[in-house]
Amino acid sequence: MSTLSVRNVWMEYADQVVLERVNLEIPSGEFCALVGPSGCGKTTFLRLLLSMERPTRGTILLDDAPLSAEPGPGRGVVFQKYSAFPHLTVSENVILGLEFAGSPVLGKLFGARRRAALDQAETILASVGLSGARDKYPAELSGGMQQRLAIAQTLVRKPKVLLMDEPFGALDVGTKAQMYELILALWREVRMTVFMVTHDLKEGFSLATRVLAFDKVRLDPDAPGAYGATVTFNLPLDEKAERADIVAKLPFAPV
Amino acid sequence: MGRRIINRRLGYGGAIFWGALPFLAFVMLYATFSALRLADNPGDKLLPAFSTIGNTILRLATVPDARTGGILLWVDTEASLMRLGIGLAGASVLGLIGGIAIGLIPYLRAGLSPVVAVISMVPPMAILPILFIVFGLDELSKVMLIIIGVAPFLIRDLAMKVSDMPIELLIKAQTLGASTWQIVLRVVLPQVAPKLVDAIRLSLGAAWLFLISAEAIAATDGLGYRIFLVRRYLAMDVILPYVAWITLLAFAMDWVLRRFNRLCFPWLQRGLS
Repeated sequence: MSTLSVRNVWMEYADQVVLERVNLEIPSGEFCALVGPSGCGKTTFLRLLLSMERPTRGTILLDDAPLSAEPGPGRGVVFQKYSAFPHLTVSENVILGLEFAGSPVLGKLFGARRRAALDQAETILASVGLSGARDKYPAELSGGMQQRLAIAQTLVRKPKVLLMDEPFGALDVGTKAQMYELILALWREVRMTVFMVTHDLKEGFSLATRVLAFDKVRLDPDAPGAYGATVTFNLPLDEKAERADIVAKLPFAPV
Repeated sequence: MGRRIINRRLGYGGAIFWGALPFLAFVMLYATFSALRLADNPGDKLLPAFSTIGNTILRLATVPDARTGGILLWVDTEASLMRLGIGLAGASVLGLIGGIAIGLIPYLRAGLSPVVAVISMVPPMAILPILFIVFGLDELSKVMLIIIGVAPFLIRDLAMKVSDMPIELLIKAQTLGASTWQIVLRVVLPQVAPKLVDAIRLSLGAAWLFLISAEAIAATDGLGYRIFLVRRYLAMDVILPYVAWITLLAFAMDWVLRRFNRLCFPWLQRGLS
């Protein structure tokens, strides 16, 4: 349903190479954690997957077709900050995706269609535990609630791929634990392919079914920008029960 | 006592007292010097007594003018506010469209941004004669002066506000399937609307300046016209209340716009406290 192939991808800026020789085959439904030290290209890689930028070399294929050149509804995103629209209430934030799809000219639904969208939003809000906050504005929510809203907002378009950039980085320990349960429950239910950037190794290993470690393997002390980071470890966590499903659906035997 | 002056706070009553003090001082100074001059020369026109000013206000606001039959204060106020309102509305529409276009769409930014930057440096008063020649001496040239004077500032301010919006929000909207038009309508417009109102508030002073200048030069009614007309007769009893009235109107407009932002964009206030 949403296999991702990354073939020899490079990302170079004027005076420095950020990513080099990135090759990946990610089966559908995998939960990938992108880990590594800061400045090693995890977020850049996520931006490539989101089509915020295009790789300078190589190709990224989603379901054997080249990734579209701009962000679109197939790939949902949760950022660490600025995740929700500040001028819309919680439920308005969630139905926004439905309004974009259902009303090309005004981008807004009215009457019965709006009520239907709100009903659908209500189900999603309940699943992320935000029913009680439906009429609040994002600024009135705690950090954890804002991230739940961001997740709820993406789920409404049923993305095949969910991209998250340190989504829980700014949350306290207790809230993080709740968010882990939530995101795992949602992922088990929907089974979209997930890419999550995190600087927290433990978080990566506890949530993901595959850990991708980014780091620089070559370093020229005189020219720190000469070589980029690549995927140094590509670690499927086969001991996880969910991976059995993922592997079972593969058309070929895993390498 | 013993606290630094930066730590000494005053209560509500104190704030009112200290706020009113300069006004009271001004009124008393005026009354004193007016009385002194009038004692010297009862026909003095420079600092008329409060009673004279009061009578003049009463005449301006209630008695129809012998020549035109209109009540001058209201005729002038209506004419001026109409010009100001149309001018500001026109400038706002231009500011909104231009600001969003330049702030959001790279091709339009490349094409329009330099031209707007140059136009905004043209002193509007310097091209007032051109406006009179092109648009005639009627209402249009006065409205155009306000638009030309205010719109470039609004466009540049809003373009900056739009490009300052977090890129995350625009990306997020795209991942929710929004087209450029939908992004403008549902994401950008609602978020810059209160900023437009703030920018209009900041440009009220300039708008009044352009209005009164245009009226002073070529008009048959309007607050600025009246002031410059009676200047010939040294009629300070008309000029002073007119200036106070203009100030009050400007203050009221500012207050209304501020209230408008609070009422229409409740999300601005939420979560701040």
